[in-house]
Amino acid sequence: MTKLNELKISEALDGMAKGDFTSVELTQDCITAMEQTKELNAFIVETPGKAREMAAASDARRAKGEAGVMEGIPIGMKDLFCTQGTQTTAASHILEGFVPQYESTVSQNLWNAGSVMLGKLNLDEFAMGSANITSHFGNVVNPWQRNNGSNARMVPGGSSGGSAASVAANSVLGATGTDTGGSIRQPAAFCGITGIKPTYGRCSRWGVVAFASSLDQAGPMTRSVRDCAIMLEAMAGYDKKDSTSINRPVPSYQNEMTGSIKGKRIGVPKEYRVDGTSDEIIKLWEQGIEWMRDAGAEIVDISLPHTKYALPAYYIVAPAEASSNLARYDGIRYGHRVEGEDLNDLYCKTRADGFGDEVQRRIMIGAYVLSAGFYDAYYNKARQVRTLIANDFKAAFGQVDAILTPTAPTPAFGDNEIQDDPIAMYLNDVFTVPASLAGLPAMSVPAGLSNDGLPLGLHLIGQPFEEGELLNIGGVMEKAAAFSAKPQLRAGA
Amino acid sequence: MSLDRSTVEKVAQLAKLAIDEDDKDRLAGELNAIIGFVEQLSELDTTGVQPMTSVVEANAPLRADVVNDGDIAEKVLANAPERVQDFFAVPKVVE
Repeated sequence: MTKLNELKISEALDGMAKGDFTSVELTQDCITAMEQTKELNAFIVETPGKAREMAAASDARRAKGEAGVMEGIPIGMKDLFCTQGTQTTAASHILEGFVPQYESTVSQNLWNAGSVMLGKLNLDEFAMGSANITSHFGNVVNPWQRNNGSNARMVPGGSSGGSAASVAANSVLGATGTDTGGSIRQPAAFCGITGIKPTYGRCSRWGVVAFASSLDQAGPMTRSVRDCAIMLEAMAGYDKKDSTSINRPVPSYQNEMTGSIKGKRIGVPKEYRVDGTSDEIIKLWEQGIEWMRDAGAEIVDISLPHTKYALPAYYIVAPAEASSNLARYDGIRYGHRVEGEDLNDLYCKTRADGFGDEVQRRIMIGAYVLSAGFYDAYYNKARQVRTLIANDFKAAFGQVDAILTPTAPTPAFGDNEIQDDPIAMYLNDVFTVPASLAGLPAMSVPAGLSNDGLPLGLHLIGQPFEEGELLNIGGVMEKAAAFSAKPQLRAGA
Repeated sequence: MSLDRSTVEKVAQLAKLAIDEDDKDRLAGELNAIIGFVEQLSELDTTGVQPMTSVVEANAPLRADVVNDGDIAEKVLANAPERVQDFFAVPKVVE
């Protein structure tokens, strides 16, 4: 018999609605699964006591006929979302011990919809990374392993590595992620799950630890496209506390999943055939194009001419915003403090001790590109390039309804195969960054396995606020791919 | 453009990061590699292109200029490394 923690969100909602089991029972199976998968290091803090209380309260609400769209569903919360009374660290030493006195809007929306919190999920420090190897609380392990008999530990991708690993390992039914340049989609691809980054402004950023404010966006990570639709509906919405959140109604994304894409035009950008992409990923991409065609879509060759400049523009804009956002960690109002000879010395020592290497590197790049004499040459130039990239997409969406690309240029790699070169790591996000710069919704759907048995994702980019259409196309892709492989290091395996 | 040790020192000071003498050459190398990578943008002619300020086309919302919270000193100070009464405490800044 299927254990309750292995269910999809849609299945668990049906089961609880029918009275087959309660949220308390479902939550208990997830707590057991969390214990069985501790070696993945997916959680920074586990909150089983709180989970049991929330599950009991959820069952009581359901009994009264007050079930929300996520009623009784146990989830993990990326440790970038402030949770009132529960430590929130952004996986950084500088925030170790920080206990927020307020709740982020997105997490509050999820609790209001009935979700149950199992704990706070590990990530790259301040969401900066593509392999979940920069956390102060240790690396996250991908539950997938190669099929060659080696026990090499794969990275889960990043920055939402704990989210992806816990969803793939069945210890949670869904998890929140955040995506600045690919941090939902790339780990979703590496761990064989589904993740969607909605349009910039669709989910409130209030109470989410800021990395790069013009790019950061929250989204769900789940085991099916339908589950993403359910969870996104609960997360999204206007928030007057975030002046960049957009005041438009949240549709029922599930209702938009009609299962038909007949006559839809799917764009295939020639510039995404970049060097260094593995042959098996190109093959899968071609397979994805066939699936779309077989489902009645029209395939259109398109051009996004400034694609190659997206990554360099991103590595100016994101560090610039990070250097500004992270100025607040000074050892005065909250977080870690190292005493110094004077105030300036306190600042410098606190920040040197509290931030890890990758974060310090990005802060310094940001400070450099914003500094007098370089601001125009780097920061303004990057913002101009961002306009060109957004215009490329606007032109393409005159011809097509959505765009299909691979999610990442390679499958997951071993944690002992990581190159020292930061640029090599940045290239993981080559396919995901352009949509981030343009603020577009985009999702990764698991679509196949590599030759050595690791999951691969396909990436769909949609038009602003057309998450429903994107999820519909994603659902068709999911059905065609019929991805059913399971990771070795999942709970109870 | 090449970052030397003195630029690294200047940037570290701007970013308020204490860096060890031994790390300066390593950092200069790493930062140079990243700056070298982003330099590709200079190939592009961006004359007349408007720099992006906001990715969504929306007007900045306005709200009434009124006090809508307050009296939460305990919450504000709850995570302070050091406090004196209802204040954050810092080392002496004026002699």
